[in-house]
Amino acid sequence: MPVARRWRSVLVSFVILVLVLGAWQAATHSEEAAAVVDPAYAALVGNAAASGGKTPFPGPGEVAAQLWRHLQDPFYDRGPNDKGLGLQLAYSIARVLTGFLCAALVAIPLGFLIGMSRTLYEAFDPFIQVLKPVSPLAWMPLALYTIKDANLSAMFVIFICSIWPMLINTAFGVGSVRQDWLNVARTLEVPRLRTACKVILPAAAPTIMTGMRISIGIAWLVIVAAEMLIGGTGIGYFVWNEWNNLSIANIICAILFIGLIGMALDVLLARAARLVSYRE
Amino acid sequence: MSLFQNPFDAQSRLSCACGRHASQAEHDLAQRRESSEDLQARAVEGAVMRALFPQDALRRAFLKAVGSGTAMAAVSTLFPLAAAKDAFAQGTGALEKKALKVGFIPITCATPIIMAHPMGFYAKQGLDVTVDKAAGWALIRDKALAGEYDAAHMLSPMPLAISMGVGTGSAIPWTMPAVENINGQAITLSIKHKNRRDPKTWKGMKFAVPFDYSMHNYLLRYYLAEHGIDPDTDVQIRAVPPPEMVANMRADNIDGFLAPDPVNQRAVYDGVGFIHTLSKTLWDGHPCCAFAASKGFVTQMPNTYRALLKAIIEATAYAHNPANRKEIAAAIAAPNYLNQPVTVVEQVLTGTFADGLGKVVQEPNRIDFDPMPWQSFAVWILTQMKRWGQVKGEVDYKKIAREVFLATDALRLMKEAGYPVPDAQDKSFTVMGKPFDPSKPDEYLASFKIRRA
Repeated sequence: MPVARRWRSVLVSFVILVLVLGAWQAATHSEEAAAVVDPAYAALVGNAAASGGKTPFPGPGEVAAQLWRHLQDPFYDRGPNDKGLGLQLAYSIARVLTGFLCAALVAIPLGFLIGMSRTLYEAFDPFIQVLKPVSPLAWMPLALYTIKDANLSAMFVIFICSIWPMLINTAFGVGSVRQDWLNVARTLEVPRLRTACKVILPAAAPTIMTGMRISIGIAWLVIVAAEMLIGGTGIGYFVWNEWNNLSIANIICAILFIGLIGMALDVLLARAARLVSYRE
Repeated sequence: MSLFQNPFDAQSRLSCACGRHASQAEHDLAQRRESSEDLQARAVEGAVMRALFPQDALRRAFLKAVGSGTAMAAVSTLFPLAAAKDAFAQGTGALEKKALKVGFIPITCATPIIMAHPMGFYAKQGLDVTVDKAAGWALIRDKALAGEYDAAHMLSPMPLAISMGVGTGSAIPWTMPAVENINGQAITLSIKHKNRRDPKTWKGMKFAVPFDYSMHNYLLRYYLAEHGIDPDTDVQIRAVPPPEMVANMRADNIDGFLAPDPVNQRAVYDGVGFIHTLSKTLWDGHPCCAFAASKGFVTQMPNTYRALLKAIIEATAYAHNPANRKEIAAAIAAPNYLNQPVTVVEQVLTGTFADGLGKVVQEPNRIDFDPMPWQSFAVWILTQMKRWGQVKGEVDYKKIAREVFLATDALRLMKEAGYPVPDAQDKSFTVMGKPFDPSKPDEYLASFKIRRA
């Protein structure tokens, strides 16, 4: 039965895909209008403009062709402003991972500290509550102004947006370790540091991992926007550059890849979370 | 190109309105004959002559009276012309830095900065320049201020704004050693407004300009105000990065824009808009974008600066020649640079273009390239900054213009040699039929009915 259901859902997924592509094709299919201008003029403008229309939204076929072109040569490098899609994705992933790891290095120990002390928790709380809802991109001008390096600024933005979910989840996870377990440790006269490593950390690990998973999702969302602002390299820059060229087909390709990579990152962290999960 | 004209020719006019020869053919012929070294020598001579004769009429009278040979000898005794030319041409020492990063925005205004890379003008000066595409003016400013760029493509009002600390945290001395292009902008309207050509009917429209501190902003405001539309209250003007303008027009977010090319032509290419008027009909020969560097770069790395400027001036001279424009269009349309269809860039540079309404227009001067940073340009820009309330209070027009718009290196050499720096760096011009006298900025400002200051 579960196998049959699995096949059924695959089939439904497929039907949805076909329906979406069909609707897309139908919506973008346009009648070839007769040229209303002289050939000398038509040679100077796009096909659609020559017949008095606007350049249409690309159809699925056009996007597929573009996608195929990217897949054939994803890692070309023709100077600082023209790199392959694969290379651009690699730049973005590197930025996200750097910013994310730095954030983890700060957020997890700090979260531990805050989670273990009620006073510290309440002292930090107002700052966290105010800073957490700030859009990471709002930090961008400030970062550029002070760090004076566009690439580092992008990483800083990733850092600042990934820190909050990890910090809060770590503090929450550490704070809600069952009192019984701590009491047992205390009865056995386990030193504080050892308690932290052997009791609190494993107990809070699933919550911490959830925080990390939320963080990397946000980081991946933010990097595209950040790179559209700073330019240079990365998938966000690619989107911006193709927007500059009004190449919607390329932008759709990029969107597809952004989605796939985002999913891959999420799956990776979900796997890692499963490693540290436990049943009570 | 007035900078490259022979200042010892009694017939030529150094400070005529368009800065060209009697005929275009004669000018181009002369242009092709002259090597770039000659051009530079001319630029130095021109600066000196302008300095000595603030009144162009006086210079011409003087040359007619004594003859150009005598005049050159006489001037040489006053000022070491040969030495100045040499100093400008070869620099005085090794390059302080070879690997440079120059930022640009992907628009045709940046043509000299961009083309110098694929066409080898930087390499010829022994420089290894990386041209880096930036996503917007605010970013290019911040990257330049942060020292990430050694020099950058900027809108000509930007170095003035930075030097005065307008729009930035603090005033940082900035310089503009060369203008990139003159003309080359246009007012483009959404195709749905093709029957609303009279600006008086534009109340309530939404317009875009590339940046608050841009010629585009000042020209659009000027144009609207001349037609009785108050740009602050009757219409909305917002800053939109050029690459996003066509997409916004398509989405009906804006009704029109005064933008750099290839944006205007791209709107036509995609059937989204039509070219209402070229900026040259507002002010023929107006400056637009500029090559800018921090004062620190100019003073701390004089040899590198000179080599870079030389590359830019040579590229500008090459771009000035209409015969080279197709070749340039092909070189800069690539994804690495403008990332546009070649035909779009070609239409902009050659001036044979589709107007978006079914006509092919021939306008060879749609865009031109002239590096001379006339200080009167700076003064005009400052009057408009004040007019629209971007700067408040007293403005020392002349001082700022002199410090930011580096007329030529020769001028700097003159100052060091103890010569008084004259006000002769002025070129008078006419904006929409109204003459501008750079020596009377305040009167000029007061003559406008619609103004904030």
